[in-house]
Amino acid sequence: MTDTTRPAPAVEARGLHRRYGPAGPSGFEAVRGLDLTVRPGELFALLGTNGAGKTSTLEVVEGLARPTAGEVRVLGLDPYRERAALRPRIGIMLQEGGFPGELTVAETGRCWSGLTTGARAVDEALDLVGLLPRRTVRVKQLSGGERRRLDLAMALLGRPEVLFLDEPSTGLDPEARASVWRLIRDLRARGTTVVLTTHYLEEAEELADRLAIMHHGRVVAGGTVTEVLAAHPARISFELPERSGPHAGLSLPALPGAETTADGRRITLRTQDLQGTLTELLGWAARHRVPLARLDARSASLEEAFLAIAAAETAAPQIGRAA
Amino acid sequence: MTTATLTTPAGRLLALGRAETALLRRNRTALFMALVLPVALIGMVRSVLAGAVERDPGLDLKANLVTSSMGLILLVVVYCNVTTAYTARRGELVLKRLRTGEARDAEILLGTAAPSIALALVQCLLLGVGGAVLLGLRAPANPLLVLIGLVLSAALLTALAALSSVVTRTVESAGITTLPLLLVAQLGSGLLIPLESLPDRIATVCRLLPTTPALQLVRLGWFGTEGTAPATGFAGTWAPAVLPLLLALAWTAAATWATRRWFRWEPRP
Repeated sequence: MTDTTRPAPAVEARGLHRRYGPAGPSGFEAVRGLDLTVRPGELFALLGTNGAGKTSTLEVVEGLARPTAGEVRVLGLDPYRERAALRPRIGIMLQEGGFPGELTVAETGRCWSGLTTGARAVDEALDLVGLLPRRTVRVKQLSGGERRRLDLAMALLGRPEVLFLDEPSTGLDPEARASVWRLIRDLRARGTTVVLTTHYLEEAEELADRLAIMHHGRVVAGGTVTEVLAAHPARISFELPERSGPHAGLSLPALPGAETTADGRRITLRTQDLQGTLTELLGWAARHRVPLARLDARSASLEEAFLAIAAAETAAPQIGRAA
Repeated sequence: MTTATLTTPAGRLLALGRAETALLRRNRTALFMALVLPVALIGMVRSVLAGAVERDPGLDLKANLVTSSMGLILLVVVYCNVTTAYTARRGELVLKRLRTGEARDAEILLGTAAPSIALALVQCLLLGVGGAVLLGLRAPANPLLVLIGLVLSAALLTALAALSSVVTRTVESAGITTLPLLLVAQLGSGLLIPLESLPDRIATVCRLLPTTPALQLVRLGWFGTEGTAPATGFAGTWAPAVLPLLLALAWTAAATWATRRWFRWEPRP
């Protein structure tokens, strides 16, 4: 079935592989058969630990490198072979900047403005990221966070239809991060498709319409934040008192739907029904006057989901390594 | 769909060249290399050439001095400076970042080299005018050939700089990685030792070196001869220019091809 009402994807990757070095064990396959679809106007987050293959994937999608195998289309174009046609329509921010230290902020902007189709005024772009007061400062004198914001301003210069951001908020202080998030939300609200990588889970939770979690070069979970979380339980943990004195014959009640693990006196419950399980637990504790030390209850978070996926994948046998 | 007019190659080159000019102005080492070193070298070249002329009285000291100085300027200002510039921009990840934009690879390389090339050509022009006024040299026999020689030299040395930068990890080590070509060019391309004063077989090998043919064109175009042979006029310079012209084109094409093949846009991991 083809859904003709749905617009063509902004980014589409099928069976993407990227290999560094020669075939065989001396090379390394960073991306191993990755599929990805980003719809127009959505904010898509690519998550993963360091080394999961996020940047390697993004570089192929941006057209900086050719995939070893597989297909990529951005706005319907091959990002590597048709980059001349595509580049004027996209904005790219790499994981690490790349601006000469001896140029001022404004000079950097002027140079990039000459390289960008339909560039907005340099000062307007600098103002978007709060760098206007620093326009006469040399790049080498900027803080790490300011450099990231300059990088973002350059990526925004051409009012791109699709914006690729590789770890946009790494190295930013909390205030700068909040303002970058605001800016990214703003761009999305005006119809820009945003693809970002991050290893800050809260960032994906906060910003993304949809996300994909990468591990060892593959997408291992994907969908909306709610969809990804639905597959993962909430967690309650606490410490039981010593089984002596008043608590000598202590044993936990049956908690339907909850999976219990014990590590000495430390108990962890995983449940899909946080409220129900917690009510049962607290009722039992009140009736038996059991103090629950270090009680902690939390809904499924992306972090929980992420750690669970990483742990499961690491435990699974490594396949495809020698392929 | 964007309705704005697309950027043009000329506009992109201008933007890159302007930024690189500001960087060259702020780089004291590069400025010293470009402005002071050639002047100092000319003094050295003069005394070396004077010795050669004594042994081979047919040679024209002034003519050799001017063309050798042009060769040295091109080597120092284009080859050395541009090697350093490519290495520095690669190290700062500037080249990689530029490749995410609309500029093509060749534009990025040319734009980065443009200020050094322009500076070297202006210095050669000043040297030519200065030579004519102060040393009483005659006007170039074939100015077109001089121009072709200078432009080919600049193009070849830019490509060679790109290749040298591939094996140069840091700006500091550029002094060492550029040394082999500098020595070969100075000794083997007629800059310090006129080729005619060398044994025939060695002279033939020297004429095949990458940097020799383009500089031969400059000499031939200016003086109507590249050694002790009688000078010819505009028409007479073309026949002896054919071989060096073909060789210079072949070397430039080979170096450009090698750059496309082996140039590194980001530091080694």
